[in-house]
Amino acid sequence: MTSAAAPLPRRRRRWLPPQWAPYVFIAPFFVLFAVFGLFPLLFSLWLAFQSWDPTGGLHAMHGVGLENFAFALGDEWFWKALRNTLWLAVASGVPQHLVALPLAAFIERRVRRGRDALVGAYFLPYITSTVAVAILFASFFSTDYGLVNLLLDRLAGIGAIDWLNRAEYIKPAIALVVFWRYLGFNLVLYLAAMQAIPRDLYEAATLDGASPWRQFLHITLPGVRPMIFFGVTLSVIGGLQLFEEPFVLTNGRGGSDQAGLTAAMYLYRMAFDFNDFGGASAMSWLLFAVVLGLTWLTQRLLKPPAE
Amino acid sequence: MNTLSTQPTRRTILACGLAAPAWAGAAATPPEVPRLTVAAYPLLDKLIRWVEPQWRARHPEVALDVVGRQWLDHHTAMTTALSTASRLPDVMALDISFVGRFAQGGGLEDLRQPPFRIGDERARWVAGAYDQATNARGEVIAAPADIGPGTMFYRADVLERAGVAAERLTQSWDSYLDAGRQILARTGARLIGHAQEVKDIVVRAGLRSGEGLYYDADNRVQVESPRFVRGFELARRVRQAGLDARQALWSNEWVESLRRGRVATALAGAWMSGQLARWLAPETAGRWRAAPLPEDANVGYGGSFYAIARRAEPRRKALAWDFIRLMTLDPTVQLRAFKEIDAFPTLLATHDDPYFDEPMPFLGGQRARRLWREAARTLPALRMHKQGPFADEVMGAELDQVLERGKSIPQALADARRLLERRANR
Repeated sequence: MTSAAAPLPRRRRRWLPPQWAPYVFIAPFFVLFAVFGLFPLLFSLWLAFQSWDPTGGLHAMHGVGLENFAFALGDEWFWKALRNTLWLAVASGVPQHLVALPLAAFIERRVRRGRDALVGAYFLPYITSTVAVAILFASFFSTDYGLVNLLLDRLAGIGAIDWLNRAEYIKPAIALVVFWRYLGFNLVLYLAAMQAIPRDLYEAATLDGASPWRQFLHITLPGVRPMIFFGVTLSVIGGLQLFEEPFVLTNGRGGSDQAGLTAAMYLYRMAFDFNDFGGASAMSWLLFAVVLGLTWLTQRLLKPPAE
Repeated sequence: MNTLSTQPTRRTILACGLAAPAWAGAAATPPEVPRLTVAAYPLLDKLIRWVEPQWRARHPEVALDVVGRQWLDHHTAMTTALSTASRLPDVMALDISFVGRFAQGGGLEDLRQPPFRIGDERARWVAGAYDQATNARGEVIAAPADIGPGTMFYRADVLERAGVAAERLTQSWDSYLDAGRQILARTGARLIGHAQEVKDIVVRAGLRSGEGLYYDADNRVQVESPRFVRGFELARRVRQAGLDARQALWSNEWVESLRRGRVATALAGAWMSGQLARWLAPETAGRWRAAPLPEDANVGYGGSFYAIARRAEPRRKALAWDFIRLMTLDPTVQLRAFKEIDAFPTLLATHDDPYFDEPMPFLGGQRARRLWREAARTLPALRMHKQGPFADEVMGAELDQVLERGKSIPQALADARRLLERRANR
């Protein structure tokens, strides 16, 4: 008895043509990005040209052309918030790098035992909840019972300073918190960059009699220049979008005379406190233009020349 | 105790067809258990959970879902829900500071319309509280649950040490400041936490129902009017004489000053007695007293309302209205709110309750609720403007400039006017 022709190998049933697979696998990202990234961006751009009372529903929107942008550009408080933001970005950002660079060099050259623990300690504020940080500092800056005033009194005999309620002290207080928070982050960046610098450069320099300071200037600094560009760019962007620390330290209001009101805080308040979503959206796009401009400027000033 | 029947509402609910969809679909699917969603903020969320048994007694077939959020989160969530008409609760609690803003948008039901007919109940509430929820179109967009009649709390022990009679605090602003100087000289205590408290009262004092605080009926800015000049001048006098502790309200320093008697008076709503007694300064029991505000200024401090969104589930709107009636028109609920969370009742029927005549141990046995009752009944309903919250900020900032940087008052008020005029029609 002969069997019939051998059965064909059973074809696996494909529910998806193979050429679609990459798109399916990448789809979750695009879906999430479209919902949480792209849509808010486009909606905010649309809102920037609308007048809208949100409590009236979506149909309460009506187009006003460039009116929101004209309003924002002529709004004294928007400019005041931008000035505050720039002040805070410089006062908190520049010291971060000026301290983090030599500190990283010192740790890289001198600290052997316990280096990870030390770097971890510096990095800790960065991963601590902003609200916890701000509450802690609100307590430190307390006029009558705060640690800062206590130390100033003991060490220098300076009387009680009302850090968070006097316009002239709010900005330095916020800048100090931001500096403390992001110093560790920059330290880790620079330490990583320094570890990539070949050891033999230092050895050769030492044999040539170069002092540690000359080595820092002529080997370390050029070696970490790409990282300086990266770190400063992050600081510029982060500094211009500063929100959480001043928001919590000033109870979400910006403090006395709005001295701690940053641009990001102001546009949040415009929308959610003052019910002006159109104006807030226009301001957010103007802020974006400022961030873009200053990032470009940073690139022009600091970007290492192409090899 | 006076208990008012709410039976007609039940019939209204039946008439409005709560049960109709269930009957219609009964043959095909098991009937859905109706749930009424109420969004609220502290401490109203707690109160609603306490009141739930009373609700179940009225509607055993309807479960109550309370969505509690922090105060600001709640109002942000309600703004978002109204803007997209999604996840709208059946009933939303609203703070008085948001009522004016929400009233402009047209997203809330006009409760004058059937089946609500809030106008029929108008006389049962404190007039000012009812009128506060009326917008420019004449719509009543929320029902009043509680109000905060303004009052002055003062430390009797500090006054005694300073040799100051309590009457001097209330006769006039001048006598209030004079008393403050004596208190400062003899005890070292400041009169008040922040000079801004004085300004906030003076600019509101004397306004009648229907008048606006910052803008008049024709949308003209009012901040250069005499009440603002006087408010700023008095605040500056307070600061120049060193009578304020320069402490922001609700800051840790301010609370500590209240505890230690470093600040002699606090100008606030009647609810402040409960805040002081329960968590701010319970150890100071017996040392505080309440008095009218200087020059008998009648100023409100806060208040809560309940509203229904236009685009909320239509089949549950009658139920939602019955819930609002329970919270605002049931004397037992209103009194419980007063006793448990110091929410001063808007329902006039509760104002004759013996509780108003009881001595208050925290206030040294004073029968202060009588005082607040009088203030509550004559509280004016100020016309809210969409730019009100921004105007509050501007006036605060300009006062800061006057107090901290010596800016002249006419200049500060002129600058404020310019900022407010620019936004008047936004």
